[in-house]
Amino acid sequence: MTVLLEVTSLRTEFATRAGLVRAVDGVSLQVRRGECLGVVGESGSGKSVTFASVMGLVRSPGKVVAGTIFFDGRDLRQLSPEEMRAIRGRDIAMTMQDALTALNPALSVGEQMAEVMVAHDETLPAGRAARRAAIRERSVEMLGLVGIPSPDTRLRQYPHEFSGGMRQRIMIAIALTCRPKLLITDEPTTALDVTIQAQVLELISDIRARLGMAVVLITHDLGVVAEHCDRVMVMYAGQVVEEGPTSAVIGQPRHPYTRGLLASIPRPALRGHRIEPIMGQVPDLVGLPPQCRFHSRCPLARPECLVEVPMLPAGPGRQARCLRLEEPA
Amino acid sequence: MTDASLAAAPSAESLFRRNLRDFSRNRLAMASLTVILIFVLMAVAAPLIAPQDPNETDLFRRLQPPGWVDGGDWRFPLGCDALGRDILSRIIYGARISIFIGAAVIVLATGVGILAGLAAGYLRGWVDVVISRVVDILLGFPYLIFAIGLMAMMGPGLLNIVLALAYKEWVIPCRVVRGETLAVRELEYVEAARALGAGPRHIMWREILPNILSPVIVVSTIRMAHVIILEASLSFLGLGVQPPTASWGSMVSDGRAFILEAWWVSTFPGLAILLLVLAINVASQALRDAFDPRFSE
Repeated sequence: MTVLLEVTSLRTEFATRAGLVRAVDGVSLQVRRGECLGVVGESGSGKSVTFASVMGLVRSPGKVVAGTIFFDGRDLRQLSPEEMRAIRGRDIAMTMQDALTALNPALSVGEQMAEVMVAHDETLPAGRAARRAAIRERSVEMLGLVGIPSPDTRLRQYPHEFSGGMRQRIMIAIALTCRPKLLITDEPTTALDVTIQAQVLELISDIRARLGMAVVLITHDLGVVAEHCDRVMVMYAGQVVEEGPTSAVIGQPRHPYTRGLLASIPRPALRGHRIEPIMGQVPDLVGLPPQCRFHSRCPLARPECLVEVPMLPAGPGRQARCLRLEEPA
Repeated sequence: MTDASLAAAPSAESLFRRNLRDFSRNRLAMASLTVILIFVLMAVAAPLIAPQDPNETDLFRRLQPPGWVDGGDWRFPLGCDALGRDILSRIIYGARISIFIGAAVIVLATGVGILAGLAAGYLRGWVDVVISRVVDILLGFPYLIFAIGLMAMMGPGLLNIVLALAYKEWVIPCRVVRGETLAVRELEYVEAARALGAGPRHIMWREILPNILSPVIVVSTIRMAHVIILEASLSFLGLGVQPPTASWGSMVSDGRAFILEAWWVSTFPGLAILLLVLAINVASQALRDAFDPRFSE
C-alpha cells in the first residue's frame, strides 16, 4: 500500500490572550491508501486540530506554523486557497462532529448533495437536463449506499425531517458524493445512541472496503478503534504518544498513557474490579517546557523523564514517546 | 439496517412554510393583510375605481363637505379640497405614491443591506471595518433631516425621494444581516460546507443567506411602515412629490390652513396614512411572532 497522506512535524499554534497555545506540536503521521487510521485522545489532545490543519480549516487565531502535509504527492501547505478548495470535498472529505447541526437547515438534502457535485465534478454532462438527471441519479445512489430508505422522496426533504442517525448518514453520503480518496470523520458517533453508533461505523467500514478509500477515524473511544481501524495513533497534549497496528497497540500498549486509557474502559471481564482512571489533568498547553508531557500523571515518571522525548521504536511498525518503554507496567 | 418507522416519511414541509402557516392562523394578522391588500388594489386599479379625476379642479366645489354632511354631494363622498378636487379620488391615487415609494425604498435598501451585511459579517477584516463605520456614521444623522438635506440637494421627484430615503434606510437591514451572519458563520454546517470545498460566495449565498432571511423579512416589513410615514412627512413639508400629483402627506398639508372650517381635507388622507401604517405594523408583528422560534408552539 502506498502512502496517501504524509504529515511531517506539523505544528499548529493559537495566539490566545493567555499566550501561545501549541495545539499540535510536531505531529507526524501517515495514512496509506485504503487503510483506516484511528486517532484517539481525550478532548483537547489536538486530534481535531491536526486534521483541521490538514484540511486547511484551522480557524483564526490558529495557524499552521511548521511542517509539511503531503497528500497524493502534493504539499497542501504550498497550495493556493483556490487549489485547496478544489481538493476539499473532491479528494479529501470531512464529516463534522455534530451530525445534528452539520446540515444546512434551509436547504433540502438533495440540494445540499447537488452542490458538492456541481462544485467539484467535472464529469457531469453538459446539458442542463442531463446534468440534473445525473446529479439526481448520483444522489439517490449515495443515499441508498448509506442506507436511507426510499431515497427518491427523501431527497426533497429538509434536515429537520430526519433523525440524528439519518442525518449522520446523510452527512457521510454528502462527503462521499465525489468519491474522495480520504475521508476524515471527526467523532462520527458522539451525538448518536449506541445502536446507531454501531450502524454508522459499520457503514463507514463497509463503504471504505467498497470504494477503496482511506479513512481517518477521530474518536476518543478505543473500543471503536479496536473494531474498525488498521492502525491507531494515540495523541496527548498536542503530540503523538504512541502509534502502530491496532491489535498490537491495544493488545500490548507500550506508552503509560495508552495503558491508562485502556485501563479506564469498563469491560465485562473485569467485573468487580474498580475502573482505574488516569489521575490528574491534561497540562495547560500554554508555555509547556520541552519535556515529557505525561510526566505529571505518569506512574512510571522519573526525574530523568524531564527531557524532550522523541518517538522511539517500540516493536514492529510501532513507535512510542516514552523513555521507559523497556520497563514493565 | 433500515428502520421501518423512519421509512414513513413525515410530510415534507420547510420551516419557512410552517412559519407562513402560523402567520395565516393569526386572525388580526389576516385582517391587516386584507387592509394592506385593499390599499394595494386601490393603488394598482386607481383609474378604474376613482370616482373622479383626482386633478380636476372646480372652484364651485371649493371645500365641499363629505356626502353625509349638510351641503355635501355623494358624487364626492369624502368632500373636496380648496381647489375643488375630489378627496376620495386623490386618496386612491395617493396610495400609489405611498405604496410605490414604501416598496421601492425597502426593496432597494434591503438589497443593498443584504450585500453589505453579508460582506461585512462573513469577510470581516477591513471590509467589515469600512462598512460598519459607514453604518455608524449614517446612524448618527437624524433620518428626516438627512432626507430633507438630500432632497434639497437633488431636487424633488419620485426617484429622488426613493434614493433619499434608501440612502439611509439600508443600514437597518445591513446591521441585522451582519449580526445574523456573524452568528451563523460559526455554525457547524458552514464549517461542513467549507470542508467540502465551498467558496466564500457559495457560503454567503447558499449557506448563510437562506438561514437569516426570516429576521430580514420581518425587519423590512416593519421598516416599510416607517418609510411610508417618512415619505408623507417629506411631502407634507413640500419636499416630496410635487403638485398636482396626489400624495397623502401633501394632502394633509393642503388642508391644515382650513382645519377648523373644513376638517375633512386633512383628516381623510391622515386616516389613510394611519390605517395603512397600522396594518403594516400589525402584520409585521404577526410575521415576527410566526418567524421567531421563541414564539412558536
